[in-house]
Amino acid sequence: MNSIKHLFFLFACAVLISSCKNETKETSTIPTVTSTEKTGQAFIKDDEGKPTVLSIAMGSKDHTTLVAAVQAASLENALVNAGPLMVFAPTNEAFAALPEGTVENLLKPENKDALANILKYHVTPGNYSKDFLKKFKKLGQANNQYVKVEVVDGEPIIGGAKIIASIKAGNGIVHVIDKVLLPPTE
Amino acid sequence: MKNRIKSVIATLIVLVTFTSCNNSSKSNNKSGALASNVAEKVYVAPGEHDEFYAFISGGYSGNLTVYGLPSGRMFKEIPVFSQFPTSGYGYSEETKPMLNTSHGFIPWGDSHHPDISQTNGEIDGRFIFINENNTPRIAKIDLKTFETTEIIEVPNSAGNHSSSFVTENTEYVVAGTRFSVPIPQRDMPIKDYKGNFKGALSFISVAPETGNMDIKFQILMPGFNYDLSHPGRGKSHGWFFFTTYNTEEANTLLEVNASQNDKDFIAAINWKKIEEYVNNGGGKMMPAEYAHNVYDEHTHTATSTMKKEVRVVNPADVPGAVFFLPTPKSPHGCDVDPTGEYIVGNGKLSANLTVHSFTKMLDAIENKKFDGEAYGIPILNFEDVLAGSVEQPGLGPLHTEFDGEGNAYTTFFISSEVVKWKLGTWEVIDRKPTYYSVGHLTIPGGNSRKPQGKYMFAMNKITKDRYLPTGPEMEHSAQLYDISGDKMELLLDFPTHGEPHYAAAMRADLIKERSQKIYNLEENKHPFAAKSDDDVKVVRDGNTVHIYMTTIRSHFSPDNIEGIKLGDKVYFHVTNLEQDFDVPHGFAVLGQNTSELLIMPGQTKTSVWEPTKVGVWPFYCTDFCSALHQEMQGYIRVSPKNSNVPLKWSLGENIE
Repeated sequence: MNSIKHLFFLFACAVLISSCKNETKETSTIPTVTSTEKTGQAFIKDDEGKPTVLSIAMGSKDHTTLVAAVQAASLENALVNAGPLMVFAPTNEAFAALPEGTVENLLKPENKDALANILKYHVTPGNYSKDFLKKFKKLGQANNQYVKVEVVDGEPIIGGAKIIASIKAGNGIVHVIDKVLLPPTE
Repeated sequence: MKNRIKSVIATLIVLVTFTSCNNSSKSNNKSGALASNVAEKVYVAPGEHDEFYAFISGGYSGNLTVYGLPSGRMFKEIPVFSQFPTSGYGYSEETKPMLNTSHGFIPWGDSHHPDISQTNGEIDGRFIFINENNTPRIAKIDLKTFETTEIIEVPNSAGNHSSSFVTENTEYVVAGTRFSVPIPQRDMPIKDYKGNFKGALSFISVAPETGNMDIKFQILMPGFNYDLSHPGRGKSHGWFFFTTYNTEEANTLLEVNASQNDKDFIAAINWKKIEEYVNNGGGKMMPAEYAHNVYDEHTHTATSTMKKEVRVVNPADVPGAVFFLPTPKSPHGCDVDPTGEYIVGNGKLSANLTVHSFTKMLDAIENKKFDGEAYGIPILNFEDVLAGSVEQPGLGPLHTEFDGEGNAYTTFFISSEVVKWKLGTWEVIDRKPTYYSVGHLTIPGGNSRKPQGKYMFAMNKITKDRYLPTGPEMEHSAQLYDISGDKMELLLDFPTHGEPHYAAAMRADLIKERSQKIYNLEENKHPFAAKSDDDVKVVRDGNTVHIYMTTIRSHFSPDNIEGIKLGDKVYFHVTNLEQDFDVPHGFAVLGQNTSELLIMPGQTKTSVWEPTKVGVWPFYCTDFCSALHQEMQGYIRVSPKNSNVPLKWSLGENIE
């Protein structure tokens, strides 16, 4: 008997809660503006198009640090833009070569801007092959600073980093580099 | 006892659930979208009218579309630079001349930046101008009829992009060239571009009463790319500002070669000074060939006149009229705030926004704070004209608009957002994402001393998943934001037609009052008009046959025509006798190699038919005009070339 009553009340609660849910559902036919956190081009499902510079980085086991940094700096949407974008993607090894604690420090929420600045220093609005990069003396980066381009032994060296692989993307190109580029301080 | 306690607890839980439920919906009402009721803000009840008109460029459709705000409903597509089978624009004999150019008839155009006429720096809603980018032209649309009534070709120009912006009293509509070219055009090696090509900035005068356009003068500037422009206003009225890129004067791989200079320029043109110079006989007439097409609303017919010369001005001949303001990294948008003090240059490869001060510019000119010169044009010292810069507000800045309350709104293509910032303090106040990759944005009354505020809409280049998918090709998306508060609030997504490069918007009342309902039949001066059934006739002139035809609910007169022969060129001149608002008639005949006609009340339009087959061919009304629309039809008999069937016509009786 007790348990029946108990069940009844639970049922009543459940009904009320669910009717309450219904109610809020009805009122929410007024369109709600979704939060900006996880919306934008980066979060569109697309299995047909060529991967973007972002999805290439995300799919690479050698770039988990870079991807974590991009996510910490909320730069995902910028990296799937029509651009075109040329991303210099330092490997995990390159990040690991930084002084101890550097990456951990940059990933802290309070250093989001500094991190974004460094990451944007790795992005050029453009799309050039490794060979073509030899034509440049400098590249204007997305953080508003220039990175130097040199040619050593017939290879382009970008801000001291060597290009060890290049992958064409749907919205540009990813050049994998062996060093993290640090923006010059003025 | 235990039971009672339990049931009390249970009741309590129920009550708590209930009230918490209430509370939660209440608190919902106080925050987020529900608080401001976004739906209500864009809801225009059936039969009610929108508060604003928005005229959105159709881009590669060549047209201009008319929308209502805040509903985002499209009301009309106005054909401008492209043939438009819906109305017969560019197909009818009367409107074909509108698309005539010095290169012959061109069926298509790439429309870009609409701008509404102004009086005393305020939008007056009389005309709207829009530029064609590919074969440089400027069109004028009369906002009484919402019809394109004038198109002028711009000679010496190529890629007519920094156009068509009007000055404070619509003294001029201005058109700048994006691509510099040899002037005059000639056969020469492309590699000799540098120093030899020139960029023409055209000042097209607009007659105060009629709005008739005429190229008053062209300034032949150095061979840079002139990207966008805006007039000075208020204190800077009399000046015009153009962004430039490719000051390197590269002729190949511009994405690399035109990005070498750390700074390009904003060209500041004192057009009042040049106007005075020209009025005193300055400049010289040079041979040129350009079409000037004017539509007469009484004859309902356009005429195209080929002009043979244009006045050009060498800026070096008018000292003190042209200056360069250094502006970082290939600036795109060039926007002037409502006070006329700030000139915003958005370096599309820069992360910062550069804002120049008009006052400082005048001071730098007066005190000759120059930093060299380019082709004899003084370059002002960057630091001496800089008002301030907005530091790293986003990636890929393009265009800026103003709300009239000291705030500016800039679009960022790469980071896909609109950023609101404060003039003078340069601080960022708010940012909202757009969906996706925004180009231009518009605030009603934008290019004027008095923006009308309330809404801002962003016009995007990429749609992706915003609407139900429609295959690889999708209409571009736009987003409407409420800008009445400190923070922008996204209200609505709506699709646009073609590519919405830019838009002009204004409060609806002025235009609404003046909008014409019919064309007065009495005032119809079309040479082939049949203003009553008595005027109906068919006239043969050799192989040409003119049919003077009328339409009224629900018949054509005549509706039986015989005596047409193979090899004839048949002109159907159709006059709509209706004088009732919104009762058009249409016309189409089987096998005609052109579009239908859509004829408004009181109007005459002409369709040409060159029959290729013997037979009896029907024609009919294409617009559902009346209850007996399906009865609105006729036959035209086509006989062999050598036949002797007499030319006859009738309505309501058989041809004898």
